[in-house]
Amino acid sequence: MRSPSLIGLLLVTPALLLLAALFVYPLGFSLVSAFTVEGAGDGGDRFGLFNFVNAYELYATDIAFTVLIVGLSTALIGIFAVAIGGYLTLGEVGFAVALLRWLYRWPLFIPFIVAAQCMRTFLAKNGLMNNALSAAGLLEPLSAQSFLDWRGIVITFVWKQTPFVALLVAGAMASIDRSTIEAARNLGASRLRALIEIVVPQVHAILVVGLVLSFVTMMSVLSVPMMISGNTPTMMTVDMAFRINAYGDYGTANALGFISYLLTGAVAWIYLRRGVREGPP
Amino acid sequence: MTALARLSRVLPSTVLIVLLALVIFGPLTNLLIWSVTERWYFPHKLPLEWGFSFWERVFRPRGNAMESLITSIWIAVFTVFACLALSVPAGYALARLKLPARALIMLAFLMPQAFPSVPIYINVARIFYTLQLNGTIAGVVLVHTLHGLVYSVWIATAAFAAVDRSLEEAARNMGAGPLRTFATITLPLATPGIMASAIFVFLESLDEFTGTYFVGTPDVTTLPLLMFRASMEGNYQIASITALILLIPSIAFMLVVERFLRADVLAKVGT
Repeated sequence: MRSPSLIGLLLVTPALLLLAALFVYPLGFSLVSAFTVEGAGDGGDRFGLFNFVNAYELYATDIAFTVLIVGLSTALIGIFAVAIGGYLTLGEVGFAVALLRWLYRWPLFIPFIVAAQCMRTFLAKNGLMNNALSAAGLLEPLSAQSFLDWRGIVITFVWKQTPFVALLVAGAMASIDRSTIEAARNLGASRLRALIEIVVPQVHAILVVGLVLSFVTMMSVLSVPMMISGNTPTMMTVDMAFRINAYGDYGTANALGFISYLLTGAVAWIYLRRGVREGPP
Repeated sequence: MTALARLSRVLPSTVLIVLLALVIFGPLTNLLIWSVTERWYFPHKLPLEWGFSFWERVFRPRGNAMESLITSIWIAVFTVFACLALSVPAGYALARLKLPARALIMLAFLMPQAFPSVPIYINVARIFYTLQLNGTIAGVVLVHTLHGLVYSVWIATAAFAAVDRSLEEAARNMGAGPLRTFATITLPLATPGIMASAIFVFLESLDEFTGTYFVGTPDVTTLPLLMFRASMEGNYQIASITALILLIPSIAFMLVVERFLRADVLAKVGT
């Protein structure tokens, strides 16, 4: 008689093979390519850091910009997600809570590429944002400026990604023990203080998971930086596409790719180390 | 409570909600306005002429947009079939059978989401080039299948795990073989969850940009690629109408998702 685990392995194998062929193999390919100098010296390939030197010389600013844009976006997403989750949990005006619950999820279901197109028109110098502000008398039409630069990328990322983290955080907040919040409130803590000192520590783990996933997502999205601000300084994703499309320069593109693995790896490592130190929740 | 006190209690919340509504719907409103604009340029705050002539251009039979829409739908359908063919057996095995390193296998399917995808797709495109898969529908379907696999495997596993084991045991006790039990008991009960994963994979494929950008060019133009090119050329009407076409299925999904993805299945995702 065949052992059950053999059948199980056979059933899982096709999916794992696809994963190996289309993810593990290209990943290995990109690592090797990043450290290979093509056609060096006598026409052969050799290992070296030339691609990294090249990537650093050409794109050091963009690497710093990527870290700043994604870091700032992650921080803002965290703050807004906690604010939304906190209002849904602690809000006292019934209709406002119900409206917020209906309202905040919308961008979650809007594809990145559509969000980028919306923002490309909305944040432009003559976009609806500036036009509405100047029609309301809040902005001098002559001093209107375009937000289609690094600020536009941050705005689009925060707009699109906050609902995802807020959804996770609000779900976790809904399941914590309400008596801890009520005890704090009875002792005179304001709602803000109850949120920061009582609620957030209890949902901390899920908040960090949401933020790490958002960080990786933002490091992966090509359409938003391309459509909001393709000019320098921009994000590494745009530079990688440019190296390939303009020069067929896989070495430098893969060196940039390796740096972006390192960045996401560092974030994941900080998260894991924290998890080990604090123990399971 | 006096009327004034009541007003001062609800006013801050009301202002915040209105502001949030503006932030969320402002960009979408701009998209809607562009889709019905004939002429609009600086410094006019609103379009000079409104109309639907660009809609006619988009929906013209044999036009670029209709061709891309059909390409996109075929790719999404093939991707759903490929994902289901891989994830139904894998999900059943992960939920029901004894597997060595099961947690590791589950984690493996998550890995593509844990790495920045642009460098991966660049190298997939390079490998596909040597296999002559670049610029083919098959190449794009393969890339979309990889992208959709984590959702379809995880949701299928959760759907099978949520099926009541005692029903399967009852069928086996009455003499049904393992295959018959699977086909008549397990699979039908897991179908709503699997349908949800299929819808999700379909939408992810419809909206996918990065992989198609590297692997599909220059011959495969899906709707997101058409939208991207129209937008970069400054043709905001075509870009906005295309974006709306992409938006409709996503919003429809938002409204029906809870009917398909029941709480008992959702609770088992990732376990």
